[in-house]
Amino acid sequence: MSRLTAWFSEGRSSGKHTLPFVVILLGVTLLASAANLFLPADSALYVSTYTITLLGKYLCYAMLALAVDIIWGYCGILSLGHGAFFALGGYAMGMYLMRQIGDRGVYGDPLLPDFMVFLDWKELPWFWLGMDQFWFAMLMAVAVPGLLAFVFGWLAFRSRVTGVYLSIMTQALTYALLLAFFRNEMGFGGNNGLTDFKEILGFSLQSDSTRISLFIITALLLSVIFVISQRILSSRFGKVVLTIRDAESRSRFIGYRTDRYKVWLFVYSAVIAGIAGALYVPQVGIINPGEFSPVNSIEMVIWVAVGGRGTLIGAVIGALLVNYAKTRFTAIMPDAWLFALGAMFVLVTLYLPKGLMGVYGQLKAKYRPTNAKESQV
Amino acid sequence: MRQLIALCCCLFGLLSFPIQAAETSRVDALFTELAGAKLKHMELILEQLEEAKGEAILPLFRVLLGGDLYYIKANKNLVGKFDDQGKTLYKQVFNDTLVPNLAKRDVKKIRVNNKLRGYLRNAIARIQLTAKSPSVRESAVRELLSKLDASTVVILEDLYPNEPNKKVKEAMGLALAMHTASQTELAVSNRLVAIETLSTSLENDVRNALTKLTQDDNPAIIKAAQGALEQIAQRAKRFAFVDQLFFGLSLGSVLLLASIGLAITFGVMGVINMAHGEMIMLGAYTTYVVQLIMPNYIDYSIWVAIPAAFLVSGLMGVLIERLVIRHLHGRPLETLLATFGISLILQQLVRTIFSPLNRQVSTPSWMSGSWEINPVLSLTLNRLYILAFALLVFIALVIILKKTSLGLNVRAVSQNRNMAKAMGVKTNWVDAMTFGLGSGIAGIAGVALSQLTNVGPNLGQAYIIDSFMVVVFGGVGNLLGTLVAAFTLGIATKFLEPTTGAVLAAILVLVFIILFIQKRPKGLFPQKGRAAE
Amino acid sequence: MSALDNTRELFRRDQVWPFLAPAQSRVNVDNQMILYVEDLNLSFDGFKALNNLNLYINDGELRCLIGANGAGKTTLMDVITGKTQCDSGTVYFGQNHNLLNKDEAEIAQLGIGRKFQKPTVFEEQTVFDNLELSLKTDKRVLPTLFSRLTPTQIDRIDEVLKTIGLAEHRFMLAGALSHGQKQWLEIGMLLAADPRLLLIDEPVAGMTAQETERTAELLTSLAGERTVIVVEHDMEFVRSIARTVTVLHQGSVLAEGTMDQIQSNKDVIEVYLGEEAVGEKGAEQGKGERA
Repeated sequence: MSRLTAWFSEGRSSGKHTLPFVVILLGVTLLASAANLFLPADSALYVSTYTITLLGKYLCYAMLALAVDIIWGYCGILSLGHGAFFALGGYAMGMYLMRQIGDRGVYGDPLLPDFMVFLDWKELPWFWLGMDQFWFAMLMAVAVPGLLAFVFGWLAFRSRVTGVYLSIMTQALTYALLLAFFRNEMGFGGNNGLTDFKEILGFSLQSDSTRISLFIITALLLSVIFVISQRILSSRFGKVVLTIRDAESRSRFIGYRTDRYKVWLFVYSAVIAGIAGALYVPQVGIINPGEFSPVNSIEMVIWVAVGGRGTLIGAVIGALLVNYAKTRFTAIMPDAWLFALGAMFVLVTLYLPKGLMGVYGQLKAKYRPTNAKESQV
Repeated sequence: MRQLIALCCCLFGLLSFPIQAAETSRVDALFTELAGAKLKHMELILEQLEEAKGEAILPLFRVLLGGDLYYIKANKNLVGKFDDQGKTLYKQVFNDTLVPNLAKRDVKKIRVNNKLRGYLRNAIARIQLTAKSPSVRESAVRELLSKLDASTVVILEDLYPNEPNKKVKEAMGLALAMHTASQTELAVSNRLVAIETLSTSLENDVRNALTKLTQDDNPAIIKAAQGALEQIAQRAKRFAFVDQLFFGLSLGSVLLLASIGLAITFGVMGVINMAHGEMIMLGAYTTYVVQLIMPNYIDYSIWVAIPAAFLVSGLMGVLIERLVIRHLHGRPLETLLATFGISLILQQLVRTIFSPLNRQVSTPSWMSGSWEINPVLSLTLNRLYILAFALLVFIALVIILKKTSLGLNVRAVSQNRNMAKAMGVKTNWVDAMTFGLGSGIAGIAGVALSQLTNVGPNLGQAYIIDSFMVVVFGGVGNLLGTLVAAFTLGIATKFLEPTTGAVLAAILVLVFIILFIQKRPKGLFPQKGRAAE
Repeated sequence: MSALDNTRELFRRDQVWPFLAPAQSRVNVDNQMILYVEDLNLSFDGFKALNNLNLYINDGELRCLIGANGAGKTTLMDVITGKTQCDSGTVYFGQNHNLLNKDEAEIAQLGIGRKFQKPTVFEEQTVFDNLELSLKTDKRVLPTLFSRLTPTQIDRIDEVLKTIGLAEHRFMLAGALSHGQKQWLEIGMLLAADPRLLLIDEPVAGMTAQETERTAELLTSLAGERTVIVVEHDMEFVRSIARTVTVLHQGSVLAEGTMDQIQSNKDVIEVYLGEEAVGEKGAEQGKGERA
């Protein structure tokens, strides 16, 4: 235990963005929550519950972007299948919420969710057992994505599938899952997915306080994951991960079994995506197979690319910005959004290979001398 | 009336004898007579008509048999009644043109009784069975299989010995055998021989007849019938296998068309083009537009659409290469993202210009229909043509790559880009041309796909992952590998489908490839040597 | 072999099951021999890169490999370090480590270090990090995650930095170094790893005369405690360091001996001078394969 605390305390010095990030994130979270709870609805500063939920959704996306960035920005593995891990985490949470409905469903069956009654199933499938326990469902939310990532990564990295091949494989993986989850026989609600949730741990999902709690929990978990990730990536493990990105074979020749590093990093990233998914579902109130669609997974990559890969803060900023833009755009001109997204893909890869953080770095480097002069004066 | 006969001549001129003037008037008279004839006279009139006009009288007989023959009270012209969306309308008997402005009270039905119906049925059979064209005769026999009765059998027995065409004779033999087998009063040995004959047929009617025979009183007949049924079932199974194989090959040909362009761009330039699916889509929309421009020449539209689609998609490909991909050289993952962005833009563009809804592309008449090999096996022509077309494109591409200077340059660049550059190959130009070629072929694939599925903005998305799987499975930069992989995957999918269902089959194939790639990361036919690393 | 024989083999009382046997990590050099390469064959699409190659390296030796392009020098190193799988033959490190069933990382952990023709350092990381990563440590995932630099390790890195003359640049990104400095850094990374056997591919390419001299000094000083195999085209350099020289030609050993012996060897003269066409042809083939 003392070793662990020592490990963290050493990390504090490494990421210079970490502390400001955590402070700002938690500060904004608390302010927004307070504005929702304590200000009257007609106040100018009042934050509606809708906004709170939206913010919570963005934070889930930010967490997801973090997961993508860890594997792509730091290790050079472009995963086009992170949507799968996100959705699996989401489904685990969805199954728990589904079991929580109990006999309040349309058909009033105490055990079976509505869609199973509709399909004329008599028994709960084995993989739904235990999902009424919160702790078990949460265990599954991280274990299933983790396990899938482990098996896939173990197979792929051991046989040295890299680069675009791996990207295509991950895309095929999420595509296969998409097809599978669309099937009614799979027992996950088929086309419609899981929805109509009532409550979580006994708290109604419709109430403001539950929504705010979920939002705060998301922000807290995002901070924790951010700090842990920062620490991991600045350890020697993180340095090895960077060598894998830049010169993998050299790294092998000095004795690192890079495949294992990649597998564990991939698993870690998948677990984060799973957590993000589990937090996402109670806030948006639905999980359906559409989350597996390859387009979703590839969109996550562009969040990271916009923000700046290889920097955790960039991934978070990218996810927040792109999703905010998406919300605004789809409200004003729904058709233009796909044009904008497409253009973003092209322009960012062409002109902003390091994303906004790269621009920030350049600007800082450019203006630092003048700043220094000013301070002298 | 004269007009009507003239039209008859035009329509059936090829089949019927030239009608002499004297005969024409006689037939006219007969028609008029028919209009008001009493039931007992009708048979005579019909016999005369049959004698006078032969095959040409068939439409009249059919209408009459159906009880839809009317005559106009005013001029005793014959018309056929038909229903069009609940409205009763009348048309000319012989050429299907509508006779306008006829109300119910203007016409009178020509009635028939059971005796006449029997006569008509036999007459129709007789006329068809003696028709000039063997194919008409054959289909007549096959039609008769389900409604054999004593009188038709008599006709068949009459015609059987003199039938010159082998296939028609065979069919007649089958019909007779069916009759013989079902006659319980005949000698068992004769019936057994007949069952033996039946066991070689795949006709549904024959199978029904045999199934009926398994309820026979005679155990020997039951056994023979069961044996025959089993034999038929086995043959049918074999043909079902061929059918499945055909569908597999068809899917394979589609995959081949969709992925071969990708194999070129990926193999030569190492560029993952996520917009490849949209190139296919553009090709399909080009077909749609070509058909819009020339709506009266649908049959020829394909020949315009193929080069047009090649040009449209090819130019788009060159444009993409010049504007985007060129600047991302050596950064495959970024190229992947940028081309994905392009694919989003192209999809949205098509949605804006055309509509988000699917568009229907019509199939030229020469491509529709099917090739019926036997009652259980018929191959749809459009799939057959696309299979041939895919192979043709493949061969053409191989020739381009092996025999032309562009091909030489392309191969040089794919094997060693820097060396090729050093040798004076304009790699920039080769890249643009390669990309154009790959995209153009995707456009051609779009033309082919438009004949099989609906054309919509998401058309390309449906094929992109499968195409990647094909390329990766076959081994990058290897056209033959792509061919083998496309057909392997196509056939595997179609053979899995009956047992697992379409979706699960797709999943299984994907999982198989994921595992396969992990065993052999370089695909079926890897490039060897230090160069490959 | 029948099932019975298999079973008998499995239960032989004089043998221990492999997974129960203690892992032998020490390199057995009882015979004064550290590397055994026997009957090595490898072909790329019909081109025989290695052809029945036999090579024995003594413990503590400094051996130079020379030969025309395509003679199989780099390929040999690839096989020894696990980068390339050979078609047939055996490679043993000491008497007890079969290198052919190990991957690159395992081989590196056994104590075989390699320097490539083209200097490959981790360009996005500092010189210090580059060396830290190369240190001889437990390189499994968890120990690496929780590892912290000990004072001894820092001292060791400082020492290496001094040896390779990059002490001033310790916090510079390796990518910003000059070509020669990268060469030195790569050698430094080898030193930090503290290997038993060093495989060094063209160490002085791109170095100034002065640096070449220093490299020669360094390599000679390393020999004895460690074993060094050097591939080099610069004959002057080879002459300055080599005690034993092995000439490879078309994938097999053509001659072996001191530099003087080699230079007077009839076969070598024939290959290098007498039939230049042969050498050139080999060189061309080699190029085609390499890229």
